[in-house]
Amino acid sequence: MRVRVNPIDCTAHGLCAELLPEWISLDEWGYPVIDEQVVPAQLVRNARRAAAACPTLALRLQQD
Amino acid sequence: MRLLTETGRSLAEHVATHGELRLGNRPALLDEVDRSGLLGRGGAGFPTGRKLRTVAAGSKAVVLGNGCEGEPASGKDHRLMQSHPHLVLDGLQTAAHAVGAREAHLAVHAGSSALAILGKALTERRDLVRTTLHEVPVRYVASEESALVNLVNTGLAKPTFTPPRPFEQGIGKRPTAINNVETLAHLGLIARHGAEWFRAVGDPDEPGTALVTVNGTVVEVPTGTPVRDLLGPLDDLQAVLVGGYFGTWIAAAQVHDLTLTHRDLRAAGGALGAGIVLSLPVGSCGLLETSRVATYLADQNAGQCGPCFNGLPAIAAAVRALALGPWHDGEMAHLDRWLGIVPGRGACRHPDGAVRFVLSALSVFANDVARHRSGHPCTGIRQPPVLPV
Amino acid sequence: MTVTASLTAAAPTLSQAPYWYLTRSTGITAFVLLTVSIAFGIAATHRALASPAWPRFATQNLHRNVSVLSLAFLAVHIVTTIVDGFVTISWWAVVVPFVSDYRPLWVAFGTIAFDLTLIVIVSSLLRLRISATLWRRIHYTSYAAWPLTFLHFLNTGTDAAHGRFGIWIDIACAGVIAAALAVRVVAGDNAPRPLRSLVR
Repeated sequence: MRVRVNPIDCTAHGLCAELLPEWISLDEWGYPVIDEQVVPAQLVRNARRAAAACPTLALRLQQD
Repeated sequence: MRLLTETGRSLAEHVATHGELRLGNRPALLDEVDRSGLLGRGGAGFPTGRKLRTVAAGSKAVVLGNGCEGEPASGKDHRLMQSHPHLVLDGLQTAAHAVGAREAHLAVHAGSSALAILGKALTERRDLVRTTLHEVPVRYVASEESALVNLVNTGLAKPTFTPPRPFEQGIGKRPTAINNVETLAHLGLIARHGAEWFRAVGDPDEPGTALVTVNGTVVEVPTGTPVRDLLGPLDDLQAVLVGGYFGTWIAAAQVHDLTLTHRDLRAAGGALGAGIVLSLPVGSCGLLETSRVATYLADQNAGQCGPCFNGLPAIAAAVRALALGPWHDGEMAHLDRWLGIVPGRGACRHPDGAVRFVLSALSVFANDVARHRSGHPCTGIRQPPVLPV
Repeated sequence: MTVTASLTAAAPTLSQAPYWYLTRSTGITAFVLLTVSIAFGIAATHRALASPAWPRFATQNLHRNVSVLSLAFLAVHIVTTIVDGFVTISWWAVVVPFVSDYRPLWVAFGTIAFDLTLIVIVSSLLRLRISATLWRRIHYTSYAAWPLTFLHFLNTGTDAAHGRFGIWIDIACAGVIAAALAVRVVAGDNAPRPLRSLVR
């Protein structure tokens, strides 16, 4: 499973980086910089929370 | 000359020169296109046969011809549509036949004289598949393939998030084959004369002829032509920009052995793109030219993705400061960071292309960069602009 | 005998009617929680109102949890109202406005507020299946639930009438909403800005 963001829908609310700081950081303009690798097992639960928390549903989880 | 013949625009003259277009067996046509080795002439250089085959495998396919020449320095598509509209329309019918499409679209920039010419040409024909002409706003990102699909679907010419890409889900969510108009022109001729004929000219791996815009002039040359044959005296040359504004700079010293092939240009760290070649004469400032283009590209963003509409203007401003001053050397760290953090984070490849362009400039003009950084800009900044925006 | 009739028959006289006390207390609690939920909702979306000590997801979660709690109290309020025999309100009045015998207009306000709440909750459960724009538009209708509930509280039952304590709760909740809106206005535009601690 990987984390992807739709950059058009994303309006830099930043909840994803709050909930998954091990995997997502923010650039200086507030937009997410996401690790593109497969999410390690211990972070999957928080990744789901991050995707559910996104106000614009821009953050999605992608099953390979 | 295959494409740019002396033939006039009318259907009668077109048929007199090239013969009738007879589209036969679909699998045979797809095989022929595969064997021809035709690569897309819109910039990506993707094998056309493979693209058509993928779309043909889907159901209710659609074809779209891309005649929107987004690059200011390119004129080949416009020239082709204006002077030889039937070559393009033949190609569109060929592509439609190859993928089993019953619907064809052709996208052209609004205000282009080609629109009226194509419209008139369509009235002369009795095509099997109906072609719809679309006027596209004149913006760099509007001619990106997902933006064209978006325009046809919703009226808004802005790129969309992919996947799914147009060949999977495009116009009306159907598999859509999008081809550059030059590619279509070659396709129509391959349908008439065959793969062997097409391969008889040009580079063995990337055969055929190609339209190239060299410093504003459109010429048709066999692929594999040495770049130096297209340019004037090399001693006046500082660098060459190949592939347009998403392309890369190549130092004059490396131009010697370079041929007009995707292979050679990739090896030189660049890309052939849509066959655009621009010379930078000795005496001009490469950084200033780069800064003007970077500013243009930053202005041309679609305003949809934060990393792009924030990052590109920041990069452009930094390059401008480097070229014209005032320059504070701490800016270099910022510029490097932005160039690292912007690519790959937009919905389309606009920010990626702009960054590639700037990175190649910083590399090829490294001496200038060092001089400008230390506060001694070159006299070239007083020269008139070279690159069109 | 129907469930309603049997429950009604089991209820003692008015002054000791457990359903009457339950319906009033749960109704008021649900309204207070609705107020708090809306206040959190107004604050949750504003970027400037977040900090490392109080991240956005905390406000967002509180908003969701308080909403669910409010709904729980609302459910009890509705059931006890219908089951209480002192005033006649049928089960239909729960979702269909203006069919109540007792103060049809003001009960209807409660009904409409409940209908809106139901639609909002369903849309949130189906959030991944509907478009983000549709979800947001439905969600905005929840703003209407508050004034409807406010007026419903003011005009049904007796707690808010004649200067009783209910009126102070009403005023306090109105104050909370006004304060939340004021904070939002003062916080300014909601343009993207990063939480510094998360920028790398």
